[in-house]
Amino acid sequence: MSDQATHVIKVVNRDQSFQCAEDQVLLIAMERLSADAINVGCRGGGCGICKIRILNGDYECKKMSKAHISKAEQQQGFVLACRVFPRTDLEIESDHHQAVESSYQKTGARMAAS
Amino acid sequence: MKKGVMRPGHIQIRVLDIEEALKHYRDLLGLIEVERDSQGRAYLKGWTEVDKFSVVLREADEPGMDFVGYKVLDNQTLEKLQGELIEYGCNVEEIPVGELNGCGRRVRFDSPTGHMFEIYAEKEQTGKWGVSNVNPEAWPRGLKGMKATRFDHCLLYGPNIAGTLDLFQKVLGFDLAEQVIDPEGNKAAIFLTSSMKAHDVAFIECPEPGKFHHASFYLNTWEDVLRAADLISMEDVSLDIGPTRHGLTHGKTIYFFDPSGNRSEVFCGGDYHYPDHEPVTWKAEDLGKAIFYHDRVLNERFLTVLT
Repeated sequence: MSDQATHVIKVVNRDQSFQCAEDQVLLIAMERLSADAINVGCRGGGCGICKIRILNGDYECKKMSKAHISKAEQQQGFVLACRVFPRTDLEIESDHHQAVESSYQKTGARMAAS
Repeated sequence: MKKGVMRPGHIQIRVLDIEEALKHYRDLLGLIEVERDSQGRAYLKGWTEVDKFSVVLREADEPGMDFVGYKVLDNQTLEKLQGELIEYGCNVEEIPVGELNGCGRRVRFDSPTGHMFEIYAEKEQTGKWGVSNVNPEAWPRGLKGMKATRFDHCLLYGPNIAGTLDLFQKVLGFDLAEQVIDPEGNKAAIFLTSSMKAHDVAFIECPEPGKFHHASFYLNTWEDVLRAADLISMEDVSLDIGPTRHGLTHGKTIYFFDPSGNRSEVFCGGDYHYPDHEPVTWKAEDLGKAIFYHDRVLNERFLTVLT
């Protein structure tokens, strides 16, 4: 385990909390605890699947794909959970990724419906 | 019908941090770092590749693929295909000699799926890395990580793969080796070859244009794929899925992500294709088995996580 200071990450929309050390990113800390509060994608700041909004608290952030987080959005607290290190306890809201529906999923849905 | 396109020759991948990316492509995949250019792009290659480079990394704010290039037989072929691409209606741009260090004139064109492709006839040939062309030893000492042998293919997501199939078949002479067909008869996935390989490029239908699913690198054996999986765990690299086998092409594979979220594959084996072969068809109803032959269930990440 890390000997770094640990913070509580409260995921308000999923009514869940998990612990994250200062040298860990939110997404990996969540996965290590087998929690399911944020959707997991590439874990590298590229795909946008783990897009969240930070409602309260301080954090630091590594570079993220501007295709998923614009400058304006970043100022409003939108981040990718795989790139964020907590500096205090955080309150966050997950599920901010707008998925483009793939035709495969449409096919799957049609089959499930029939 | 073959039109003189030989093989995938290079792919330019956008990364958020070039030094982090080099740890992935050079130290983990085991590609050979060839050089940096004046724009700061890093050039790499698999050790068995005879041309100077096959992977170019460019630092950018948005990960993904800039373009993938195919080498054609000679300048006469390049000239002819350039004309046919223009006639077909592609937006065609000429990239001058030396824009990529050591590469000749490139002809860049777009596709219905929203990806940029290139063809070129000349690239400096530096030979296989670490082995002579005369009485060559089996492999060179000093390879790193997964010891990837070559850039093999890429899988791209975008709309209207039927349109891109038409372009690749009619103008570039690729064959359709494998396909996924939905109950209405639409193509959901296509695997195209310009050689005997089961795929030199593949496409999956997706509403968003120009998306990059993965770049794939060839390993020789299943044992090498398992060893790659061990390295992924040892280095705590972001894993997608595997080791497993695909139904499509029957390759043995593992998928993982570079530090900017671009997906990489290393694989071995797989089927072969001759020009007189009918395409192999998988039904979309059996997509789980088509993609992951053992689990027979799709993980959603494979379809939705793209750069």
